[in-house]
Amino acid sequence: MKWLKSLAVKTLVGISSLSAAVSHAELGYPEKEELRIGFIKLTDMAPIAIAYEKGFFEDEGLYVTIEAQANWKVLLDGVIDGRLDGAHMLAGQPIAASMGYGTKADIITPFSMDLNGNGITVSNEIWKQMKPNIPKQADGKLQHPIKADALKSVVTKYREEGKPFNMGMVFPVSTHNYELRYWLAAGGIHPGFYAPHKGDTSGHIDADALLSVTPPPQMPSTMEAGTIYGYCVGEPWNQQAVFKNIGVPVVTDYEIWKNNPEKVFGITKQFARKYPNTTVRLTRALIRAARWLDANNNNNRPEAVKILSQSNYVGADYDVIANSMTGTFEYEKGDKRSVPDFNVFFRYNATYPYYSDAIWYLTQMRRWGQISEDKPDSWYLETAKKVYRPDIYRLAAESLISEKLIKAEEFPDFTTEDGFRAPQTHFIDGLVYNGKSPNAYINKFSIGLKQGDRI
Amino acid sequence: MSATTSLSNDYSESNVAMLKAVFNGGLKLLLAPLAGIGLFLLLWSSAATSINTSLGQFPGPAAVWEQIHSLYQEHREERVKEGAFYERQEKRNAARQAKDPDYVVRIRAYTGKETYLDQIITSLVTVMSGFILAVVIAVPLGITIGLSKTLNSAINPVIQIFKPVSPLAWLPLVTMVVSSVYVSNDQLVAKSLLNSMITVTLCCLWPMVINTSLGVRSVEKDLINVSQVLNLSAFTHIKKIVLPSAIPMIFTGMRLSFGVAWMVLIAAEMLAQNPGLGKFVWDEFQNGSSNSLARIMVAVLTIGLIGFLLDRSMLKLQQWVSWNKTANS
Repeated sequence: MKWLKSLAVKTLVGISSLSAAVSHAELGYPEKEELRIGFIKLTDMAPIAIAYEKGFFEDEGLYVTIEAQANWKVLLDGVIDGRLDGAHMLAGQPIAASMGYGTKADIITPFSMDLNGNGITVSNEIWKQMKPNIPKQADGKLQHPIKADALKSVVTKYREEGKPFNMGMVFPVSTHNYELRYWLAAGGIHPGFYAPHKGDTSGHIDADALLSVTPPPQMPSTMEAGTIYGYCVGEPWNQQAVFKNIGVPVVTDYEIWKNNPEKVFGITKQFARKYPNTTVRLTRALIRAARWLDANNNNNRPEAVKILSQSNYVGADYDVIANSMTGTFEYEKGDKRSVPDFNVFFRYNATYPYYSDAIWYLTQMRRWGQISEDKPDSWYLETAKKVYRPDIYRLAAESLISEKLIKAEEFPDFTTEDGFRAPQTHFIDGLVYNGKSPNAYINKFSIGLKQGDRI
Repeated sequence: MSATTSLSNDYSESNVAMLKAVFNGGLKLLLAPLAGIGLFLLLWSSAATSINTSLGQFPGPAAVWEQIHSLYQEHREERVKEGAFYERQEKRNAARQAKDPDYVVRIRAYTGKETYLDQIITSLVTVMSGFILAVVIAVPLGITIGLSKTLNSAINPVIQIFKPVSPLAWLPLVTMVVSSVYVSNDQLVAKSLLNSMITVTLCCLWPMVINTSLGVRSVEKDLINVSQVLNLSAFTHIKKIVLPSAIPMIFTGMRLSFGVAWMVLIAAEMLAQNPGLGKFVWDEFQNGSSNSLARIMVAVLTIGLIGFLLDRSMLKLQQWVSWNKTANS
């Protein structure tokens, strides 16, 4: 009797799994099931936390341990030496690593984690001095976006007094570094050049404002201690400054460059080659998580904030994280404004790894001298292609479409997509970026290296 | 009759006296410390209300008590999640096995976060294993040095130079060496654990070597003469003559270094982000939530309590071993 029952159960399971197998078609089981993923305590690590908590990793047969890292360098080294299988990374990290700026390693990214999400905060002391320079709107509120023009006289004053004007960013090749530089330079403040061929990687050559590295969670306390006067960092560390009454966020990166690409998910090239199914499955889980975060007009965000506020993820207070994650951003205390796209995880094809995004970072590296030699336009595309892997993304997306988990309309049209976003406007200085002609773009900036320049 | 009454009276009187003595003793033994703790709590809570940080008020005893509760609650919730995790895994494995019979089922360890209790245990295991490794190296080394004057003068300069170095200075070197030397696919011990363990070992090593060699050198001349007269073999000489007289000193060294090791371990875990109580403190500091300070305070008290208990047990061990020695000799 018992054997009959077990036989029946087995056939039933067999039949149901058979139908699953048919829809799975080519995608096999993961070669490596136990994975360790690193992150930095920032709200934009959300897709990883959600993929874990909502069981998207487990749906792929992946057993993932998520581990906070001390800083971006430790995280990158972890991925390179194999302690971590993959990580939440700054978009510039895989690009710089494959160029050999810093540690040389082949890191690729099949998944772009989010758009926007950063802000620039200055200390109360600096805010007091720059506030009178900011024009007001008709209703008496300060006019946004606040430009660095308002900060320029303050920086000049400090320089005349012989005090260095120090600001914090999170990593030499971080989005924050380029965004802070972009904002400062747009307001006529020189953020300084790098000269790696001369061994100078401080980025302080000709600088008006001196930028240095501070790990994100330590930004507020470093500013409170007076070591830096302001910083550019991801959330919740700008809102934290408002809550702690130690500083004022002046501008978000959404205002510096609308819908700018932010973090990526980085793995080594060897990992992707050795474990192709695992790579695709990881990408699938992350795509589903990102979609969940943006679903129903950000309806899931409160739940996401609750998960992120757990001490093993971001760990800041619910209210602090909720401020930016649920579509508002508090500038000066009480000046709360609606920024519905402050954190974008899935809309506007946020997860697709566009070559043009990678090329923008390369143009900024060239602009500030991290790439010290002129490069032809073709080099920019080749370098981007080495790191950004829309082919893996496509495999993951197509299998999700065929399993009817996500509709095809929610992805870019893979048959025509060439990896370049249409020329992008909406920069704070009004310039237009076209990823197909990086050198022409670099020549447009008034502050920065142009074609032919060398430090 | 009267004699017996007086006797019983005497008895009860002495009983009362004894009770009094016990009570007085108890007063000193129990009440004084309790009063001290009470006073401390009072001072603490009154001081806490007047310290305002950017993360809110400094946590008083009540806030800390609340966090102890919530940490325990989190621990229990995590265990429930763990159970569910294994259940889901079993189902998934069964489904896969049904589909592909060649699949060898492997149970994957729980991937959730380490709770506070887990972290305490991690720290304890780390400090113990680092300490034991140090004993294994230091005691034989100390004995050898103690026995031979030449060897002593050869090795002593090295020890003297390394002794004042904070083990934390070694930490970056240890980390790099471990990550390049210790490569295996199925790592039984995590690299991070090994890093903190070796740091603890480096911390314990020098005081233990020095104390052991001092203990060995202080063996009474008469005993050594006896050993020479009896023509004892080197091994028997160490076992019967050297060790029994050196053991109190060896244990003093151990106890000293154990205390320091516990302190250093917390710092090392903080610095290198290795799992354990130190990482817990650092993570909470980084989180900067309104509960963070109270949670750090919980950790501070835990570290203190565990340090105290470790020291006590080392003391008991020391006493027991010393007694053993006198009983044998």
